[in-house]
Amino acid sequence: MRVVVDLNRCQAYAQCCFAAPDSFAIHGLEVLVYDPAPPPERRREIERAVQACPVRAIRFEAVPEAPRDRG
Amino acid sequence: MAEASRAIVVGASLAGVRGAEALRREGHRGPITVVGEEPHPPYDRPPLSKRVLTGEARPDGLALPMHRGLDLTWRLGCRAAGLDLAARAVVLASGERLPFDRLLIATGTRARPWPDAGEAALAGVHTIRNRDDAARLRAALAAGPARVLIVGAGFIGCEAASACRTIGLPVTLVDPNPAPLASVLGTRVGSVVQGLLRQAGVDYRPGTRVAALEGDASGRVRAARLAGGGTVAAEVVVAALGAVRNTEWLAGAGVAADAGGVSCDGDCRVLDTHGQPVAGVVAAGDVARFPHPLAQDGPVAFEHWGHAVEQAEHAARTLAGRSDGHGPYAAMPAFWSSQFDVNIKSVGLTNGADAVAVTQGSLAERRFVAVYGRAGRTVAAVSFDSTRWLPAYAARIEAGDAFPPIVGATDQGRFAPADPGFPTRPART
Amino acid sequence: MPDPMLFSAVKDPAHRPNPYPLYARLRETPVARQHDGTCVVTTHAALRALVFDPRISSEDLPDAAHARTGNPLKDWVINPLKDRIRRGHRPFIFRDPPDHDVLRRHVMRQFTPERVRAMHGRVDALVADLLDRQRDARTIDLVDDFSYPLPVTVICELLGVPREDEPRFHGWATQLATALEPDIRQDAAALGRNIATFDEIAAYMQDLVRAKRRHPQDDLLTALATHADPKVGRMGDYDLIATAILLLIAGHETTVNLITNGMLTLLRFPEHLARLRADPEIAPRLIEELLRYEPPVHFRTRKALADIRLEGTTIPAGAPVVLLFASGSRDPARFRDPDRFDPDREDNQHFGFGASLHFCVGAPLARLEAEAALVALARRLRDPRLIEDPPPYRPGASLRGPEHLRLAIDGVA
Repeated sequence: MRVVVDLNRCQAYAQCCFAAPDSFAIHGLEVLVYDPAPPPERRREIERAVQACPVRAIRFEAVPEAPRDRG
Repeated sequence: MAEASRAIVVGASLAGVRGAEALRREGHRGPITVVGEEPHPPYDRPPLSKRVLTGEARPDGLALPMHRGLDLTWRLGCRAAGLDLAARAVVLASGERLPFDRLLIATGTRARPWPDAGEAALAGVHTIRNRDDAARLRAALAAGPARVLIVGAGFIGCEAASACRTIGLPVTLVDPNPAPLASVLGTRVGSVVQGLLRQAGVDYRPGTRVAALEGDASGRVRAARLAGGGTVAAEVVVAALGAVRNTEWLAGAGVAADAGGVSCDGDCRVLDTHGQPVAGVVAAGDVARFPHPLAQDGPVAFEHWGHAVEQAEHAARTLAGRSDGHGPYAAMPAFWSSQFDVNIKSVGLTNGADAVAVTQGSLAERRFVAVYGRAGRTVAAVSFDSTRWLPAYAARIEAGDAFPPIVGATDQGRFAPADPGFPTRPART
Repeated sequence: MPDPMLFSAVKDPAHRPNPYPLYARLRETPVARQHDGTCVVTTHAALRALVFDPRISSEDLPDAAHARTGNPLKDWVINPLKDRIRRGHRPFIFRDPPDHDVLRRHVMRQFTPERVRAMHGRVDALVADLLDRQRDARTIDLVDDFSYPLPVTVICELLGVPREDEPRFHGWATQLATALEPDIRQDAAALGRNIATFDEIAAYMQDLVRAKRRHPQDDLLTALATHADPKVGRMGDYDLIATAILLLIAGHETTVNLITNGMLTLLRFPEHLARLRADPEIAPRLIEELLRYEPPVHFRTRKALADIRLEGTTIPAGAPVVLLFASGSRDPARFRDPDRFDPDREDNQHFGFGASLHFCVGAPLARLEAEAALVALARRLRDPRLIEDPPPYRPGASLRGPEHLRLAIDGVA
């Protein structure tokens, strides 16, 4: 899976850390660190994190599409 | 016509990919081809100077999530070498010509190389911009060098220093300015970062230039000779000297492009050499120089993550003919950096600020909001571990409030505006 | 001219079942001055502006209720000193930075994702047990039989409060929850009752904290009582007690409403109850929408520290400011079709847990409990029907929720 967090929007509410503790953590007082490529079995957790984010800063793609080259 | 028109996005990083998505969302029905110089699918760059260097994130695990079913055609590993406006075609380095009706230029920047080509070619001399750069540097750090020398105490340099200390490597950080991040935050706020560097055990040397890098017989860097005398022995050197805009491919194309970026108007429309917008050609992201309403000294280009997303979306709306009613692009400039487990965020533009005031918290605790003023107006705010207050300051900046704003806040000590301490001219390493 | 009595109508119990039309009228003036000087803030944009504004204080405290005694030593020295001490040990929801941040940091160091994750299985087991007890029932009161006991048991276990003491602080919690209602500020008798209750529960907590220090256990109270933060040290006893009381009461009063309002809403829109039954994976979205549509906490009162200009109004320094979060979450300028319950809503940036500094500490636990509860209720209650709609409501206008929710069921699966 692919995850990216808009860290301009992030306000360190840490809701993602509770929803998906294996994929998100706060370092120090408000530095969010996260796994940008979590394994597929964490899909439900990541979805919970996306929903729980008060500023909707998390974007994820569960099943990445293979980029199509010029074919 | 619009239905079947062909769109090309040159640049497959954040601005390019979000622009391509937005173009589809805004109703572009024809083919969209995304041209990228790197062979990799679009990935997120901020971790390259942080968690990739510590080994906590893999350089090949940073692919950006994308919307599905957009039917984009990818030309990765293809460098754009020219633009033929008359024929409306992008010319690839291979000579292949890709015709377009609509073009989004999002070629971004590259790392400014070490100024001496011979020294830059020494093994062990690194820059950080691309995934491959970061992968090479990570491998070099993982080998456990006796010392890492970082040249340049901007955001990339400080973040790299933080990463090196996280994995326990001895680090020397040299920079010509009197404080880290001085050109963006000023020396007054930069001195807080100096405290962070020193507390983390970084051998930080302000006011210091590197005269030359020295290699050994096998062509590996082994030391740096300092301009004021003395040497620093280092097996790994990171040149964190800022970025160069990728505009060379536009030379002679008839658009206004130079080392400062490709010029565009407030709707992201690229300007020709007479300053007139070129139909169907827009630019966005790090490479785009444009008149931002908060930029008082003329057109600017921002190298900010959020800006790449938002300006690309604006450019796509323009390209899809949907710019009516949106007004010119004016999103509040904003960026973040994390280093030494401190979250640094900024809104507005500190350029030209003549005063700074700590309106909440304190520099001593490294937890504060510092507000910047210019000619009596509030122009920027920077937070250290105080992100939740920034929206209020962003609103005050947008409203053009008198400086200092927000008097009477919680956690506000007695404060007096002071000189922010910006270096008088950009110091070169 | 905005009606300066509209907020009084919000507080009127007659409007408890459906305050939303009043909120819509209030939103016509985003910052509305009321007859008593209170400024009521109702639009999403104005709420966002103020909730992040550092000139808004949470230390908006009523003066102590003791009357003048005529003894100058008491009136001018001892009582004010007592007040200062009491103010200095209010829980962090009534504190500003930097004190607020330090106190909250103490809690967040111990209220960790690991600790909440460890509650998962326990919450599921409690939910199952509460429903098993209703196996043969034909009517249940969702509040008494389910929504109340679940969060109370969870917060007691998390904190490490002996279950057998629960009936004692049931009453305390009900009383102290009224501290969040605005009219308490004008009601000296009610304030006096709160202070008396606070003294009782504080004495209880003091004993409990001492016991935890003597016999440490694996619970939050022990962790708070024994752990020293490397930067800010150990929590002082008064702060610890104030914090423990806050967590206990917050754990009592809000999640009850979330679960009860949730089931009430699902029974009013049975297609969503059916969806949840068929697909529990929609629960996180559905709960976010509940937090927007029927939030457990409707408003919070703050105070302006300086004159603040907003939406054409000046909020004068010192004015009480009511942040009517539940109205912002129904603002048509921010949410399309806001009065529609729509779990598929994108970009649902509601105010269900507040925002900014005082964002609900217990939000992760509330989500966990609500999900376990609503999924189980949807799956196990056979043909649930509302016996009365609207149900009777508890008196609170801010902590708003049904007093009872009587359901007819065909047993429990």
